[in-house]
This record gives sequence, C-alpha cells and structure tokens, in this order.
Amino acid sequence: MLKVVNLTCGYQDKTVLSGVSFEAGDGEFLGVIGPNGSGKTTLLRAISRVIPPAGGRIFWKGEDIQKMPFKDLAKEVAVVSQSPVLDGMTVEEFVLLGRIPYYRAFQFFEEKKDYRAAERAMELTGMSDFRGRTLNRMSGGEKQLALIARALAQEPKLLLLDEPTAHLDIAHQVRILDLVRKLNRDLGLTVMIVLHDLNLAGEYCRKLLLIEGGKVYRSGLAEEVLNYRDIRDVYKTPVLVEKNPVSLKPYIVLVSENPETEKDRNSDNLEGE
Amino acid sequence: MNKKYLRWLTGISILAFMLLAVCLVALCLGSAGIPVKKIFPLLLGGRGSTEYSILFDIRLPRIILGLAVGGGLALAGVILQGMFRNPLVEPYTLGISGGAALGVSLNIVFKFYKTLGVMTFPFFGFLGALAVIGILYLVNLRKATVRLQGLLLNGVMISFISSSLIMLMMSLSRAEDIHGIVFWIMGSLDEPNWFIIKITALAAVLLFLLSYLFCRDLNAFALGEEEAAHLGIPVERSKQFLFIIASLLAGFGVSSAGMIGFVGLVVPHFVRMFTGPDHRILMPASFLAGGAFLIFCDTLARTVISPVELPVGVITGILGGSFFIYALSRKGNS
Repeated sequence: MLKVVNLTCGYQDKTVLSGVSFEAGDGEFLGVIGPNGSGKTTLLRAISRVIPPAGGRIFWKGEDIQKMPFKDLAKEVAVVSQSPVLDGMTVEEFVLLGRIPYYRAFQFFEEKKDYRAAERAMELTGMSDFRGRTLNRMSGGEKQLALIARALAQEPKLLLLDEPTAHLDIAHQVRILDLVRKLNRDLGLTVMIVLHDLNLAGEYCRKLLLIEGGKVYRSGLAEEVLNYRDIRDVYKTPVLVEKNPVSLKPYIVLVSENPETEKDRNSDNLEGE
Repeated sequence: MNKKYLRWLTGISILAFMLLAVCLVALCLGSAGIPVKKIFPLLLGGRGSTEYSILFDIRLPRIILGLAVGGGLALAGVILQGMFRNPLVEPYTLGISGGAALGVSLNIVFKFYKTLGVMTFPFFGFLGALAVIGILYLVNLRKATVRLQGLLLNGVMISFISSSLIMLMMSLSRAEDIHGIVFWIMGSLDEPNWFIIKITALAAVLLFLLSYLFCRDLNAFALGEEEAAHLGIPVERSKQFLFIIASLLAGFGVSSAGMIGFVGLVVPHFVRMFTGPDHRILMPASFLAGGAFLIFCDTLARTVISPVELPVGVITGILGGSFFIYALSRKGNS
C-alpha cells in the first residue's frame, strides 16, 4: 500500500506541494489530475524519491521510502516519465536497462533471468518484434511502449506514469491506457498515473486525486471527483459532465465562454459560396 | 556466449592487438631503427648493449607512459561525457589541466626544481590539478545536489583564470623560463624517471578498475539523472565519485606528460562510433584506443623530422581535430 502523509516538498525555495495526504491500496488504479503547475509531476517525483520531502513522509508497504536503499525502491517502484530516451540503443538494450536494480555488486553483465524478465516485458507491451530496432526509428507511441516495457523489466509493484499519452493520437492513447489497465488487472500492479485529459482519467481510473495549488482538492471514485462544481472551481472553466453511454464512466464536455454565434456561422456560409 | 558479448570480446581483442602492433612499431622506429625480429631477444637478454638502452631507457618508458596517459585521458573523457551527457566535454574543460600547468609554471618561475629536483615538475603539476579539483568540489560538489552545468561553467572559468595567470607569469619571466613553460605546455612523453612512469601507470590502471564499477551508473546517466534515479542509482554519490576519478585521471596524466589535448575528446567519440553508447564496452575500448592513439602520435612526433622531435601535443591536435571533423561529418551524413 502507498501512503502519503502530510507531504510538503518543492524546489529550492519554492514549495510546490503542501500537506498532501492520501492512500492507494494494492492493485489500485489511481489517477492524478489538476491544472498545469498544480504539482502532479512533483508528487510523482517525490514518490519516486527524485526530490526529498521538506515535510511529511511517504510509505510503501509500511516502509518510509527515504530509508529504503535506492536499489530496493527501484525493484518496487518503476516510473514511466516523459524524459527523452537514448536514441542509439535498440529496444532490447533499452529494456534491459530496467534490470540495473537487480545487478549484484560486481555484476556487470546480464544473466539469464534478466533476459527472461526483459523478454516478458517486451511480450506484455507487444515490443518483441521491435527488439532489434533502434529507438530513433520508432514512432512516439512505440517509444512510449518501450518506456513501459523498461519499467516492467524492473518487475515493480507500483507503476508511476507521468502523462504517458501526451502528444499521442487517440489510437495510441487507447492502446497505451488499455495496456496499463491490463497490467493493473492481470499483474495486480498498483498504478498511479498523471493525466491531463479528464476524459481519459474518467474512463480509465477507478479513483482520482484532484490537485490544485499543491493541495489535494478532492479525492475519491472517478464519478465523485469529476463533478461539474469541482472541475469548474479548480480549472476555472465551465464544463458539462455527462455519462459515457457505453462504459457508464463520466466524461467532460467543454463549454466555451465565447461560443460561436449565428453571425459567425453566416459569415462561414458566405465565404463558402 | 551471447552474441553481443562475443562482439565485444572480438572488439576488445582487435584493439588489444592494434595496441600491441603500435607498441611494436614504436619500439622499432626512431633515430636508430631496430628490426622487429631483434626486439624480443634484445629485451630478454640484450642487457648492456646500446640497442637495449635505446629500447629500455628511451622507447619503452615512453610507450608505458603513452598507454597510461592516453588511456587515462580517453577514459576521463568517456566518464565526463557520460556524466554531463555532453559530447564536447573533455578532461581539460574542467580546468584541471590549467591548474596543473599553473603549478608547473610556478615551479619553473620560482625555480623550486633547482633545489628540490626534477620530481617537482609532476609534483607541482599534480598539486595544481588537485587545487582545481578541490575548488570545484568545494564550490559545486559539497552540496546535496551537484549541479553539473555549474560545475562545467566553473571549470571553464578556472581554465581561463589559469591561462591568464600563466601568461602573467610568462610576461614577467626571463626567456629561459618562458621556454620551459611553453615546452611543458606543448606536452611530451619524454620522461626519464621510472618512478613517475610507474606511479602514472599504476594510477591509470587502478582508476580504470575503480571507474568500471560505475559503468552501469553511466549507462543509466545516458537516460538523464532522473531516469538514473528511477533505476536505483544513487545519483549524487555516483556523480561525486565519477568526477573525482575523472579528475585524478586527468591530473596524473597532465602532471607527468604535460598538456596533451584532444585525446580525451576525440578518442571516446571515435570508439563510440564502433561500440555504441554502452559504457561496459566503451570504457575499456577507449582506454586501449587512447593508449594506442597517443603512442602512435608520439612515434610520429619522434620520427617525422627525426632527429628533431615534435611536441606530441601538436600531433594529437592535428590528427585528433581531423578525426573529430571526420566523425562529425559521418554522423551528419548518417
């Protein structure tokens, strides 16, 4: 179980998160949403121990992550970030980097079990046929799958994803998130995912954490968090919240404050003629 | 055996063979040519002969020093380029050579060598290099988070300050002192003192072994510091160790052979074209290639207009620069 207690952290003199507390049970699929600059990525960075907390504590399976050896944490928690990948590497070489936490003190080369783990990660992500291809010859969606495969090679229990669908077309967005859901269901991975797209968050995440100004504004089931009033207040934008007729999950319809008028439509028609 | 490892083993074997071939050529060529077939009998049982003295007292020390300094500088280049994720960083960028040059210049101008002996040259060089390492460490590395760009900029600034101080000393010195400083700055493997050669060689080998423990860290750094942390690398501690190892490699090299440029920049680039970015192969391959390159350049420096000897730094600069342009154009074309 992931437990964040009264977390305060940031960068140098700037506090980004302040007094954040929440829990995510084993096998949970938790989405983190919020406006730009609200502290979503900072939260993931704190949980992955990239930035130290200025206050509060983060526990994974009851253990304070600040006291865990780096390697042990990397065996439990894997991160799929938006960082660029090393283009000169093949997919297999890249995925094998995920085995670094498992190397012993004087082990420099992969063993059979490392190849097996990498193979499984590539199979799960559909990357097996791309193993010999260098990353610079892959599309954005394929690179994202390679990043997930590398994270899976770490054999983690908690998977943190920072906007894995950014800059991808809808086909790739669905492919990536379907895969993450499958990993959550089949492998029992606890998933914590930062998403900008509220519709994707509503569709895929069972629970959501809505962050505003470095604090948790609302948390709970997606249906509870994605309500008209909270979204309008946090994003300062009027929206309509509807229910997806197929999945019965909530989805957001944007409402422009400056809608198209009859005059706009008429001028378009005139130009067309 | 895994195909990749077999390929690596083949690559290392080829490089080791090339290094041996270069060493053999370096032993044969010079003002007095010695045929290949006479080399081994002479080294094994030719004690007392003139040719034995030429081999053992003149050419062999240069070869060992060339291997240690060239290998060490290339390895330092690999480490720093991997750490900074910047292909233009080399050992001299951090101002370590500038510090060493300043130390040696002080020795020449204040004539410590006249009372304390020739050992003061490498000693003052190393002291200057250590002073720069100390300053950089205090300014950048003592903090919990090492800011690499700050380290780089401070290093470049220290280089400028060192160069200015050396020029100041030269402007106030007599002609013979200026000659001494310039000669040292141009770099040379002509080192008659076996103790210095042994220390430099030992340091290069030990630091190579130590740095190899960080090859996985450097592979992870290639993805970025944050990604390295995600893979369980203690990023700040690794950066500190790697910086100190690279600095010591450069410090030992520069203090015993002077400022030999381009090896630390060009060799890693050239080797990477064949091995790829994996530091597990890149590090040993660069060490061997750096040694072979410097020995080759030194042989050219000794023989091109023999008996006059050219400064080896000039040869490494010309060849290294040409290689670099070639490597960049090849990369651009691909």
